[in-house]
Amino acid sequence: MIKPMTAKEAASRVLDGELFILDVRNESDYKDWKIEGKGIQSINRPYFDLIDGVEDVLELLPKGKEVLVACAKEGSSQMVAEMLDEAGVEDVYYLEGGMKSWSEYLNPVKVGDLKDGGSIYQFNRIGKGCLSYLVESGGEAAIIDSARMTDAYVDFAKENNLTIKHLIDTHLHADHISGGRKLAEAANGTYWLPEKDAGEVTFEYEKLEDGKEIVVGSTKIAIQPLYSPGHTIGSTSLIVDDQYLLSGDILFVDSIGRPDLAGKAEDWVGDLRNTLYNKYSELSKDLIVLPAHFGKISEIDEKGIVQAKLGVLFEQNEGLKIESEETFRKAVTENLPPQPNAYQEIRQTNMGQINPNEDEQREMEIGPNRCAITE
Amino acid sequence: MIKVDQTLDCKGLSCPMPIVRTKKAIDQLEAGQVIEVQATDKGSLADIQGWARNTGHQYLGTTTEGDVLKHYLRKSDPNEVKEETKYPHVIQNEELAQRLTDKENIVVLDVREPAEYAFKRIPGAVSIPLGELEGRLQEIDKNKEVFVVCRTGSRSDMASQLLAENGFENVKNVLPGMSEWNGPEEEGGK
Repeated sequence: MIKPMTAKEAASRVLDGELFILDVRNESDYKDWKIEGKGIQSINRPYFDLIDGVEDVLELLPKGKEVLVACAKEGSSQMVAEMLDEAGVEDVYYLEGGMKSWSEYLNPVKVGDLKDGGSIYQFNRIGKGCLSYLVESGGEAAIIDSARMTDAYVDFAKENNLTIKHLIDTHLHADHISGGRKLAEAANGTYWLPEKDAGEVTFEYEKLEDGKEIVVGSTKIAIQPLYSPGHTIGSTSLIVDDQYLLSGDILFVDSIGRPDLAGKAEDWVGDLRNTLYNKYSELSKDLIVLPAHFGKISEIDEKGIVQAKLGVLFEQNEGLKIESEETFRKAVTENLPPQPNAYQEIRQTNMGQINPNEDEQREMEIGPNRCAITE
Repeated sequence: MIKVDQTLDCKGLSCPMPIVRTKKAIDQLEAGQVIEVQATDKGSLADIQGWARNTGHQYLGTTTEGDVLKHYLRKSDPNEVKEETKYPHVIQNEELAQRLTDKENIVVLDVREPAEYAFKRIPGAVSIPLGELEGRLQEIDKNKEVFVVCRTGSRSDMASQLLAENGFENVKNVLPGMSEWNGPEEEGGK
């Protein structure tokens, strides 16, 4: 009997466990994006090469271990899993909902407490490398850089008796569709967006500005926006409770943001350098940096969190240690990875200019995020 | 309209069914026949290309009509590629590319299936599939130099022999053919 494996279970193996994966999507999809992790081993054999039989792959499968068959949606992995099962392989699973579900699974982890009794959570979209945050205090919540799959936040808020008040995007996203506006409409909350990124939006929003404070809960938990252009011209970092620096797509744990996704690499490279080397360097070295992305599974620490002290990043992150401006310019404008899938359509969707249906949105988001200069 | 030997309806089916059905259908076809596979699953595009590449069947192209993708495939003959050419007068792709401007005195005769012709062809080429050539010889001007082209030089070899047997005196088989054609080309999607 073949068994389904949920994206949640697969996520737990990625974070802390092991698993052998037979990925049956076509070669280019596999090459572009797959399930990875310390204990994950995977091979690729397209399902259409296995229609006549699975004999050729049998010898590649580990003996006595679980095998997860994964495909884009589910159907092909079920077919191949059944063939393996009939061929005598034990412990065969198929990925429930396929890579689609994997891309959409959000794993919430508590990062820490706030001084006034609240706390901050990181919602890790492991399959895509996107990170969003929920700040709660006194029964209220603010969600930052929320993913398209809004149910995860709504369910979390319900379970914890929280009223969603503020939806904040640190910048206009190009790699994923923001759930901020949808959540704001559903909860009658306020949607915040940097004005300079919102020039062409078709909806009402509150300007996320330097000096404004967003208060969550009855106790004062200030989110202090810090204007920090570079990845987009409006990019804004948030300092939560004087403890956490939500750096958006400006600074990551292992890398720094790329300035080219709106076609303005040359224009914005100077802003990016100024933000990182002048503005961020004046902030407290004890701030804990919480970025909007990670590039490698190894950036997730043993607690399951992507985080690092700002002081440590200034010592270890190569992107913060480039002395010459010219070298920096080259590093962030040359040899960039390919741009995210459908990034222009995603930007248009986030501006409200186009309204794709759910299937189309899902299609647009397929693949890795590629928001960092190196991966 | 692209002329096909079979149409397979895979609309509404999701992966893996469009490919599984295509495989079954193509197993029933004769070598050289063309199948049109209609599918609504967007993933079928990359998969059908990958499947064709790995099986050796020839992927011709895809058109889109609304939500429906129409994939065209031609069943390969396992001997087709290896078959030795027998017609003695041949010309390389590059040489033909240089002669294309001499429209007054030459005819490019494309003997592939209409579906192959539809997606990529030499500008001005006349389409007469090999199977129809014998009955349509009168359409070709005997006074011109005829360059016969197919995908790999094998069908065009047979066509060249057929023309020679029927009194065409100035016929050249183009090698290797459209599979490696880098010269000017035109395409028509529909």
